[in-house]
Amino acid sequence: MAVSRDDVRHVAALARLDVAESRLPELVAQLNGILSHMDALAKVKTTGVMATAGVGDAAMPLRADIGPPIPLLHPLESFAPQMRDGFLLVPRLATHESAADESDE
Amino acid sequence: MSAKESTLPSVCDAYEMVVGLEVHVQLLTRTKAFCSCSSAYGAAPNANTCPVCLALPGALPVLNEEAVRLAVRAAHALSATVNETSIFARKNYFYPDLPKGYQISQFDKPLAEQGKLDIGKNADGTPITVRITRVHMEEDAGKSVHDRYSGATAIDLNRSGVPLIEIVSEPDMRSAREAGAYLRALKQVIEYTSVSDANMEEGSLRVDANVSARLRGETKLGTKTEVKNLNSFSGVERALEVEFARQCEVLASGGTITQHTMLWDANRGEVRPARSKEGSHDYRYFPEPDLPPLRLAPAWIDQSRMALPELPSAKQARFAADYKLTPAEIEVLTADAPTGSYYEAVVKAGADPKAAANWVIRDYKQAANASPDPRVEPISSGSLADLVKMVSNDVVSRSAAAKIFTIAVQTKEPPLDIAKREGLIQERNEDALTGWVDQVLAENPDVASRFRGGDKKLQGVLVGLVMKASKGRADPKAVNQLLSARAAAGE
Amino acid sequence: MSAVAHVRDAFARMAEVDAGPTGLNCILWTDEERALADAASVDAAATHGELAGVPFVAKDNIATTHLQTTCGSRILEGYVSPYEATVITRLRDAGAVLVGKSNCDEFAMGSSNEFSAWGPVLNPVDRTRVPGGSSGGSAATVAAGIVRIALGSETGGSVRQPASYCGIVGVKPTYGRVSRFGLVAFASSLDQVGVFGTTVHDAALGLEVIAGRDALDATSADCPVDRYSTAGTADLKGVVIGRPREYFPATLDPRVAARCEAALDLLRARGAEVRDVSLPHTDLAIPVYYIIAPAEASSNLARFDGVRYGLRVPANGLREMYESTRTRGFGPEVTRRILLGTYVLSAGYYDAYYKKAQEVRTLIAQDFRAVFDAGVHLLFTPTTPTPAFEFGAKSDPYEMYLNDIFTATANLAGVPAISVPIGDIDGLPIGGQLIARHFDEQTMFRGAFALEAARAGAR
Repeated sequence: MAVSRDDVRHVAALARLDVAESRLPELVAQLNGILSHMDALAKVKTTGVMATAGVGDAAMPLRADIGPPIPLLHPLESFAPQMRDGFLLVPRLATHESAADESDE
Repeated sequence: MSAKESTLPSVCDAYEMVVGLEVHVQLLTRTKAFCSCSSAYGAAPNANTCPVCLALPGALPVLNEEAVRLAVRAAHALSATVNETSIFARKNYFYPDLPKGYQISQFDKPLAEQGKLDIGKNADGTPITVRITRVHMEEDAGKSVHDRYSGATAIDLNRSGVPLIEIVSEPDMRSAREAGAYLRALKQVIEYTSVSDANMEEGSLRVDANVSARLRGETKLGTKTEVKNLNSFSGVERALEVEFARQCEVLASGGTITQHTMLWDANRGEVRPARSKEGSHDYRYFPEPDLPPLRLAPAWIDQSRMALPELPSAKQARFAADYKLTPAEIEVLTADAPTGSYYEAVVKAGADPKAAANWVIRDYKQAANASPDPRVEPISSGSLADLVKMVSNDVVSRSAAAKIFTIAVQTKEPPLDIAKREGLIQERNEDALTGWVDQVLAENPDVASRFRGGDKKLQGVLVGLVMKASKGRADPKAVNQLLSARAAAGE
Repeated sequence: MSAVAHVRDAFARMAEVDAGPTGLNCILWTDEERALADAASVDAAATHGELAGVPFVAKDNIATTHLQTTCGSRILEGYVSPYEATVITRLRDAGAVLVGKSNCDEFAMGSSNEFSAWGPVLNPVDRTRVPGGSSGGSAATVAAGIVRIALGSETGGSVRQPASYCGIVGVKPTYGRVSRFGLVAFASSLDQVGVFGTTVHDAALGLEVIAGRDALDATSADCPVDRYSTAGTADLKGVVIGRPREYFPATLDPRVAARCEAALDLLRARGAEVRDVSLPHTDLAIPVYYIIAPAEASSNLARFDGVRYGLRVPANGLREMYESTRTRGFGPEVTRRILLGTYVLSAGYYDAYYKKAQEVRTLIAQDFRAVFDAGVHLLFTPTTPTPAFEFGAKSDPYEMYLNDIFTATANLAGVPAISVPIGDIDGLPIGGQLIARHFDEQTMFRGAFALEAARAGAR
């Protein structure tokens, strides 16, 4: 499976990374180089083999429905880039119409 | 339920509406799904946060056992099969109120599958059933507020991590009314099992609707659109009709429907397409590596099914069989679990079921609605039962009882005490009654003689006069008996 | 000797070797005043834990509350965690004193510590060469004598490989043996905190203190922790050591092969039986690893978005903010892996890549289980195919990935593994690796103690 420039642009957008056009050829070559080694996997028979789901058979441990929460030694205000009246602020969604718009990519 | 919706334009006549609903319900836990922050509503913005729900580097999720318990209870209440093993998965997308950049949800192996919900009856009495594809667990996102500060979006992560279940139905609904009935029945079942407040206006229940149109008789599904931003059950019904009508117009004029997310605008009564991005909807699901598979012991699953409280449908059937109530009466008495329990307590304390139903549906419900605290009973079931029995045994008249009820709600006194103090106990003593009858007959010789002469119609008048003479205390039934006996004896 | 004296020694050594143009650049963040105050508290305390007064260093991807945690990345420049990792709490509770956060490849992605935003780390043994990665900084602090114990992290070999290159001991526990709460996630199903030690005893003691179930990590195992530091015995009679042929290919540098055979001879002399075994799916480890790790990383690094902490590049719109922040904040290797990881998870590729890789991973794990079930107690292999290479020598990403060829299998299978120095090649150290079955660190340390003692005796 060869990765194209469009593929790289597409995954860069999904990952919210801005890849300069000038870097694309190098990245395409590197990704294709890496992925070419993965072709060996296609030849391995794995019918009936379960994908690994953790080490050992231990089931998920649960926690009781009580507090207290893990405390923050310094408050959110001390490390958040921008806050106001207790809210975190981010720039307004550029093409915003409503929240439901943005929740899909 | 009629197949034809009279509010739809005629272009829709040739088409059938097909609806599936995805409902998200917030679970009634004290803490969040994956951390011990309080999940209570109403705190100051970002007050209920910690490293986990803030997605600080290095934080890890640990699942809340009560969330599992409630989710399984909901699955049982919807007759869904609970999977012994289920897997959590990451749903990856970027949004400022989704701190990790992914939501922990379930994808390939959900908590439960293949359930159903009865939403009403066909004309022939058979149930209308909506199948439920799956019930799965996930976490809620935070809240984004877009219009509080200009040029910015304000984020509150208190809600981030609150446990949800998502209930996905098959596309089994065929009208807006069926969709509404499904939502009402679903909310009722959820409330009965104390899984959630399930309040759409408050946000503890959210609905996304999938709707498509196809020519009547066609079995293949048409292309569906997803309608979001729904705020009430009636809004869901209206939005479905508006979107269905739009689809019919498109199809009727030879066009095709493209799969799209539509947003409901309740103010304008319109749907419009959400802006879709190129490369949308690639959530890149993969199993959550921070959470091993959830394994539930079969014995525990069975036990939790046995421990289910009685569900609405079972209660309704039982009320019909045991208490011989009408469907309308049953609907009101079983609308919520507390009312049903209260009613039964009144009956168990000896009140006649029919009479008790009447009292609960009218007087009690009225008092409950007027009361400031919905959790406090305006009158105890024991007291109400006593009052109902007092009426059945002719100790007080029905109208006197209404007065006693009002006083009892205010003062919390036993009804019998109130009746005695207010002089409302009906007099049945034969001597007293005879006295009043004689008095009335003596005071009204003209009426008396015509009555003696055989004019039975005047009995009612005489009863009224006796009631007046006794200041309402005479038992009208007994007075009637007395007068009838006298008439028969020719007195 | 008092804790304060130990800590002063650590800072004195740090001043000698770390700073300046020829400095190792292994320590990123430090607070001498605070460390001395902590040491004074330890000295004054009524009871003393197993590591009382021992200075230690933690890799910069482990959350600490008074020193920054940047993971070697610009995107977390200046970030001080408001909570601390469980492993840090356990070390402090045992009386150890944190003296610094060490440099590392950005977000633990690398095999040479050349990919840190804060500059490369130099190998103390030969400053023209890399110390290995991604925990190169922690390895250098131990190799340079600043501390005797340091914490690193393992995903594909990031503790064992630098241990081999720097001539020290480096251990990776069984997956789930040590809490990941507070370890900034790279690949969640592979990550584990690892320990560097000057000696096997130091590493064992460090692991003993930090290991054990943590309620804050749902993947941490409920398995009792043995006293690894006392696992050493005089002999290995009855111990069967497997020599997997796939780790001794014909292409292996003969000098590395020779050091390994010498080590095996020493183990035989201690009474161990050495058996040839096979782990047939070994050659698939790198492809499997380089699908799973970047995939999980692409998801784990999505939280670095400029919203709640770390770097934010101002922008007019949200999308622009995300892209500018992440593009400016992440270095080229991290960017490459996020792109690769996003690609292999994306629609249409998930089954062929991620799902397939997780299935083949099961086969790799089964290889180990089969060998251990057949009566082998330990496996012995080279840790790295070569000693430390020169800066800039590996420019092709995939060539760099091949440095993990002997170590990544243990991460994929979740088994514990330790690298112990087994000799020099032209003055450069080289390590040998012992691998045990899940949760059998005790036997692994037994073998390591024996090898270390035998080598000391043989000199």
